[in-house]
Amino acid sequence: MNRGTSSRSSFWRSLQIQRRVIHALLMREVITRFGRENIGVLWLIGEPMVFTLGITALWSAAGMNHGSSLPIVAFAITGYSSVLMWRNSVNRCNAGIQSNFNLLYHRNVRVLDVFVTRILLEMAGATASFLVLVTFFTAIEWMELPADPLLVVSGWLMLAWFGAALAVLVGAASAYSELVDRIWHPTAYLLFPLSGAAYMVDWLPAKAQAVVLLLPMVHGVEMLREGYFGHVVRTHYDAVYMAQVNLVLTLLGLLLVRDAARRAEAR
Amino acid sequence: MILLENVTKTYGTRLGQRTVLDRVNLRLDRGRNIGILGRNGAGKSTLIRLLSGAEQPTRGRIHRGMSVSWPLAFTGAFQGHLTGLDNLKFVCRVYGVEWKPLLRFVEEFTELGLYLREPVLHYSAGMMMRLAFALSMAIEFDCFLIDEGLSVGDARFGNRCHEELFQKRRDRAFILVSHDPNIIKQYCERAAVMHQGRLYNFETVDEAYAFYESALVPAPSVRFD
Repeated sequence: MNRGTSSRSSFWRSLQIQRRVIHALLMREVITRFGRENIGVLWLIGEPMVFTLGITALWSAAGMNHGSSLPIVAFAITGYSSVLMWRNSVNRCNAGIQSNFNLLYHRNVRVLDVFVTRILLEMAGATASFLVLVTFFTAIEWMELPADPLLVVSGWLMLAWFGAALAVLVGAASAYSELVDRIWHPTAYLLFPLSGAAYMVDWLPAKAQAVVLLLPMVHGVEMLREGYFGHVVRTHYDAVYMAQVNLVLTLLGLLLVRDAARRAEAR
Repeated sequence: MILLENVTKTYGTRLGQRTVLDRVNLRLDRGRNIGILGRNGAGKSTLIRLLSGAEQPTRGRIHRGMSVSWPLAFTGAFQGHLTGLDNLKFVCRVYGVEWKPLLRFVEEFTELGLYLREPVLHYSAGMMMRLAFALSMAIEFDCFLIDEGLSVGDARFGNRCHEELFQKRRDRAFILVSHDPNIIKQYCERAAVMHQGRLYNFETVDEAYAFYESALVPAPSVRFD
């Protein structure tokens, strides 16, 4: 129960233990997910690559310039990578307590450690795939480098924060009821087209804009796109709004995970 | 010292809350040991889960003044795709211990040979047992939790487990949980009986045994409240 939080020194000790545990879990998870043959790691990049190529092919074949002069490849990559960023961590943490219950027999391992491990791994994967895709398509001159790299990084980090907070929240909530797991899947599918991955807010009528801008990830994607394309595109986002939503989600998630950990039960 | 104060654990079932542990009190000092006797369904495994920290009590308090092991030879936390060696590295990292100095012990104790570097999912039950026991011995704890167990593999391996646990580590505390009074008699200096969610403490194993035999007469009934 007590990793100890009463004094400063025990707080640092707890932090050290947590760092160690997360490292152990990361190593374990990497081998489990990707195997020793290292083909698995390629799929981190392979999957978005296939998607990007597919979208590009479809849009090119349809002869649409998608209502603007935006380069399709860069548009697809920024869109799909953003989805990966917030969706995959949630998918991995969903029902994560039950499937990892046996790890809790090691007293140092906490539910939050399991979540953090999975989130870190998903983010590393999504970031790696984004970087590799950008490098690859830039090298073959299908896309250009970002106009404002710092803004790209900011948008990316905001999406990461959103994904992490939502992942902890959904992961903890799924310990209470199987309904959470059932509802999350259709929700994720519905959010995909709404998330801004496949459109720019500016293309929508004003009324629709107001609605989609309620979704926090839309702001992140718009930020990312402005960073990538510069002022060629008109973007609509409010970083403060997104940060506020993220903060609320983070607090709710942390509160819920503490209680969910207390309720964890063997099957 | 390990101290349980009025520890209660209830689980939600379709028929309402079921009390599996009911105001359990237990005290175990450093270097001492206790056997806990109980029939199937008496709440022994729940007690082990609470002691190891995998689950939290619904009410009451658990104080751990010494390091407590995970349940001895527990194989549940193994990941099939990890090799035996990976699993050793994993527990070492979790507990902050260097794995390299332990490799020889694990190799010799498990006698797994090349299989130590094979995924655990290719192991037989016996190999799994040997690895699990070796990992339990690789990390040093003040108190070991032993669930039934000790019915490990063949006689020779059983003897070696016995030597590691009860001879080389005889200065450690342990809590042994079993439905078999003979095992408790053989290893424990003191015993308690788990019956219908309550824990009855006794000074001697014989007293506990007598109570256990008499308590066996009425079948444990499921209680809801």
